[in-house]
Amino acid sequence: MIPLPYRVVHRHEETADTVTLRLEPVGEALPRWSPGQFTMVYAFGVGEIPVSISGGSGPIIQHTVRAVGAVSRAICSAPVGAVLGLRGPFGQGWPDLPPEGDVVVLAGGIGLAPLRPVILAGLADARRLVVLIGARTPADLLFTGEYDQWRAAGARVLVTVDRATGAWTGHVGVVTTLLSQVPLAVDGTGPPPSGYVCGPEIMMRLGAEALVAAGVPPQRIWVSLERNMRCGIALCGHCQLGPILVCRDGPVVDAGSASRLLQHREL
Amino acid sequence: MNTTRELIEAHPFLAGLDPSARQQLAAAGHRINFLAGAPIFAEGGRADRFWLIQDGRVRLDLHLPGTGPAIIETLTSGDVLGWSWLFPPYRWQFGATAVDPTLAVEMDGAAVRRLCDRNPALGYELMQRFMRVVVNRLQATRVRLLDLYGQP
Repeated sequence: MIPLPYRVVHRHEETADTVTLRLEPVGEALPRWSPGQFTMVYAFGVGEIPVSISGGSGPIIQHTVRAVGAVSRAICSAPVGAVLGLRGPFGQGWPDLPPEGDVVVLAGGIGLAPLRPVILAGLADARRLVVLIGARTPADLLFTGEYDQWRAAGARVLVTVDRATGAWTGHVGVVTTLLSQVPLAVDGTGPPPSGYVCGPEIMMRLGAEALVAAGVPPQRIWVSLERNMRCGIALCGHCQLGPILVCRDGPVVDAGSASRLLQHREL
Repeated sequence: MNTTRELIEAHPFLAGLDPSARQQLAAAGHRINFLAGAPIFAEGGRADRFWLIQDGRVRLDLHLPGTGPAIIETLTSGDVLGWSWLFPPYRWQFGATAVDPTLAVEMDGAAVRRLCDRNPALGYELMQRFMRVVVNRLQATRVRLLDLYGQP
């Protein structure tokens, strides 16, 4: 439960309010993480928030944080050399990529951050990797410097925005409309496709429905829930969502379970 | 090079339609290519056609005084472009411009309306299909109105 000190060794401003920090342990390192897990990041003297892991290797952990409150603003403003506290890694991450079948990654806004490790893992067999990215405006897109690398590795990467600004000539519309441009192998003769979805909750619900309509079996669709995680170890109950504690049983759950939980008005 | 009939038969908007109906529709359409950047129709203009996009991208836009066109939505292969030809006053509500080189089947709206008047079963079927397109775009617009990505 005691945060381990990690030093900011690199920072990259993704957008006006989102920063990617590369963190190196000052001493002891956290245990090995898996894609989809999160850590509790502590800005000393300000507070602690859960943040998904957007990358890293060995002892290095990468977090992509959007400044929306006091703690996230403090983390986002941490300069190179600053020390933050980390606990974790916590929760159930994304399931391993299936050995066969198309893989669709559907990401909205900051939801691309926890999916980035899935994409990087999928690049090992990128011929069947489809990455669909949606954001509010072109200026809100994350990891834009990597899209061409993913494409060069063989992935199909499509991007859309809700509002076109500046010289944007790309797609405009909700992210689910991109699905029609990527016919999936769903003829029943081969292995079925899988879907990995992360973004605002309504987007995830609509995204999962769109994937099912496109032929992805519901049991092969996973989403990443976001709740008010505090302790990270299923003790405090802040992140309870019906019968599950998101910090322990999530954040990644199958779309069927998520749909039932997210449509309960009482939850 | 595919014929208009082949393009119509391959277009998802008309999938499953009776072959004779597709044949009749093919007589009301022709294939057309737009260069990247070519205007397809202008806001306020007479709406007398619609297009079955086969390949390429088309943007719907709205002119904003002083700032140029605002892009409303992008349509791609498999989409239908234009429904203002269906109802009076037959005026385009938005403009449309090809973003990429675009191949489409251009349909004569008046001819299709006459076809529907003569064949109410086909008319009902087409209205259902257009309604599905309209509803899907309305739902997508509603989702965008929520400004989901703006929420923390």
